[in-house]
Amino acid sequence: MSDENAATNREAVNPRNGDGGADAVVLTGAEIVCECLLHEGVDIVFGYPGGAILPTYDALTKYPQLHHVLTRHEQGASHMADGYARATGKVGVAMATSGPGATNLVTGIATAMMDSSPIVCITGQVPTGAIGSDAFQETDVTGITLPITKHNYLVTSIDELPEVMREAFHIARTGRPGPVLVDIPKDVQIQEAEFVYPTEPIQLAGYSPPKTARARQVAAALELIRDSKRPIILAGHGISMAGANRELAQLAEKAQIPIALTLLGKGAISEHHPLCLGMMGMHGGAEVNHAIQQADLLIALGMRFDDRVTGNLATYARDSRKIHVDIDPSEINKNVTVDVGIVGDLGEVLRQLLDRVERRPNEAWFDRIAEWRADSELREIVRPAEAPQHPAVPEGKLLGAQVIRDLFEFTAGGAITVTDVGQHQMWEAQYYQHERPHSLITSGGLGTMGFGLPAAIGAKMSRPDQEVWAIVGDGGFQMTMMELATAVQERVNVHIAIINNGFLGMVRQWQEFFYEERYNQTPMVNPDFCKLAEAYGIPTVRVTERGQIEEAVNASRAQTAGPTLIDFVVEKEEIVFPMVPAGADLDDMIRRPTPAEFEQQRRGRAVAAKAPEPQTPESTPPESKPSESEEPAAAAALGSRFGV
Amino acid sequence: MAKHILAALVENRPGVLARVANLFRRRSFNIDSLSVGRTQRDEMSRMTIVMESDSAEADRLVKNLYKLVDVVHVDHLHSQPSVVREMALVKVKASSENRREVIQLCDIFRARIIDVSAESLVVEITGEEEKLENFTELVRPFGIVEMVRTGMIALGRGGHTLKDEGFKPNRSRAAARSNVL
Ligand SMILES: Cc1ncc(C[n+]2csc(CCOP(=O)(O)OP(=O)(O)O)c2C)c(N)n1
Ligand SMILES: [Mg+2]
Repeated sequence: MSDENAATNREAVNPRNGDGGADAVVLTGAEIVCECLLHEGVDIVFGYPGGAILPTYDALTKYPQLHHVLTRHEQGASHMADGYARATGKVGVAMATSGPGATNLVTGIATAMMDSSPIVCITGQVPTGAIGSDAFQETDVTGITLPITKHNYLVTSIDELPEVMREAFHIARTGRPGPVLVDIPKDVQIQEAEFVYPTEPIQLAGYSPPKTARARQVAAALELIRDSKRPIILAGHGISMAGANRELAQLAEKAQIPIALTLLGKGAISEHHPLCLGMMGMHGGAEVNHAIQQADLLIALGMRFDDRVTGNLATYARDSRKIHVDIDPSEINKNVTVDVGIVGDLGEVLRQLLDRVERRPNEAWFDRIAEWRADSELREIVRPAEAPQHPAVPEGKLLGAQVIRDLFEFTAGGAITVTDVGQHQMWEAQYYQHERPHSLITSGGLGTMGFGLPAAIGAKMSRPDQEVWAIVGDGGFQMTMMELATAVQERVNVHIAIINNGFLGMVRQWQEFFYEERYNQTPMVNPDFCKLAEAYGIPTVRVTERGQIEEAVNASRAQTAGPTLIDFVVEKEEIVFPMVPAGADLDDMIRRPTPAEFEQQRRGRAVAAKAPEPQTPESTPPESKPSESEEPAAAAALGSRFGV
Repeated sequence: MAKHILAALVENRPGVLARVANLFRRRSFNIDSLSVGRTQRDEMSRMTIVMESDSAEADRLVKNLYKLVDVVHVDHLHSQPSVVREMALVKVKASSENRREVIQLCDIFRARIIDVSAESLVVEITGEEEKLENFTELVRPFGIVEMVRTGMIALGRGGHTLKDEGFKPNRSRAAARSNVL
């Protein structure tokens, strides 16, 4: 990500120096913080006040260009800053007081870290003299956030404040972006000093993000591409972060290579592009995972071989050579050993490759992928209402997957969608086809429940011109639903869709597969979400049948001020298919049966029901129940190793 | 598996040691020794990190060290000729009967006796790891009361240095500079 969008032409105001004549003015530390925010092009700060940050809150009154959004919990502030950042690539800013304020930011910081999202968190700290004395509301927040920030600072003198602020934004947005925290003791906020905004270029001896790739590596990559028969591109979040979307499409087209997307890679290329296969991984398309396992060349671009996309590493794409391009050198050979590792900015590297790439397309490879896809289509459960339905769809039931597909249709695929974590998140990934970069915002690496609503608020405030939908589960929504008040107070026009299955659905799915359907602590007694939202003055609709979706979505979209909420009451015990059990081989997927298989199994079950001891429980997924589930110990081990 | 010696130049800022130590823990690097001290430049400290690992692991550590903003340069001293030293202070039991024997051993190892009391001697010994190990094995029968080792330090031979050109300390930050610890 470049530094260019930072230095705006915004005029910083010197509150003590109305005529603006002198170069240097005397400002408090708190005012210097505000000045620096303006210089970085910040327009919105998400935060929550408290004792140790009060001087800065007071200074904010002199800077009306900095709009402060009062969240209802500091976790909301860090997620909003994150959502704001992901929607545009601009740095999001969160602010909180010391102690509990700072610790409440932590989940949002870790979320941003895992997904390389550029945010700057500013926290108040007890006065320098009190640090280390266990003063009221003192916590070592730089210590706490050490492993979950790209970098952090404890500012010990007002003299270093301008440089620290500038470095913080620079580090957050350049290279592999990430969260940076600046902890500012109260006395530093109060002290006064001459303020001159540093203008010389930032020079950090230990920090220089790589740009272009070495020619030798590029040549080696070109050779592997030329010699490949069954290549596949694995496109990750890095593509959109680097703004290399056009180059990705050009490379794929020129060399005729199909593209698989990671969850955060959605939007790297239009999913309607003929070379785009869709999502890979644990809940990715079966045809995509088969293609990866059968490929003879993986070209991994801005992705990090997370365990959710590789499955069992020992059997992962065993017959393939591998090229890995990433801006972070420590990602190369971290999980998967590669033949060619290229460190550099993806846009630059792809342009280097594009100049000279050549390859003879292999029709047989595309034919094989088409066969896998045809098989997947047979098993597809979401079909147009008028088409013959898959027999596994119970008559008259509303499925979460259908809700997402219809939402995709009725928003013409054009919305920014922000999800929470769980089954609904995977249905979003499977059934909402994204065309543009930054149009899906989701917590991938950390899988943070409670992310959806606040991140959606941040995204909408970042892109007020865009339609924004928060697609959340009934569980995750209740983790941060207090932010409804923030949306109302700020009149944020975000459309909330609760996929309400009465369960911690994704965990229930694991319990069904791997813990013999012991649904311990996953059913929920929920409030009436419509009444709840109405208490905030939010217009709501409840949807219980597929036929009601269109009207409800249209009614929501017609509201152009403030939030709206739809409570989609869906089938309780649905399963996200396909599924690669954690730690299993990537092509060892639990599939939904084809209609023919389903009928056969139904007959089989009818016969078994007459026998004295039925073997298969009613809701067991037919066909290939994972071998793990027959060995609860092994399943438990797998489950606990990777977690939900 | 082999012994890998890494040298890292780091900015002299508060918390740098904590960042490096945290990295070892967070990514489960198994470190044999770590020694930190000042360099010829006030703004920088130098760390020597020794680890027993395969070279892929050492490579991983180098890359991760570079991700720390305060780490300016890292060198794998394994890959070029270098001089390596470690120092130990060993308090050895030495009664009047065996004192002579201990002193003789010290002579052979060119170790120095820096403190003498009625029951013991404190010996300072410098050298490569093997020498220190041999010495301690030989004095062990006399009884080692207490012992401390510095961990290894190393420099490349001849013209080989850790790059620190292009490093300019920040003006205002110089004031706030403190020890890495
Ligand atoms: C903060 C947090 N706690 C726990 C989990 C583990 N977890 C993953 S998905 C899930 C269930 C989510 O339920 P819900 O929000 O209702 O979504 P659904 O799966 O039903 O669509 C849980 C508990 C998590 N990802 N994040
Ligand atoms: Mg649910």
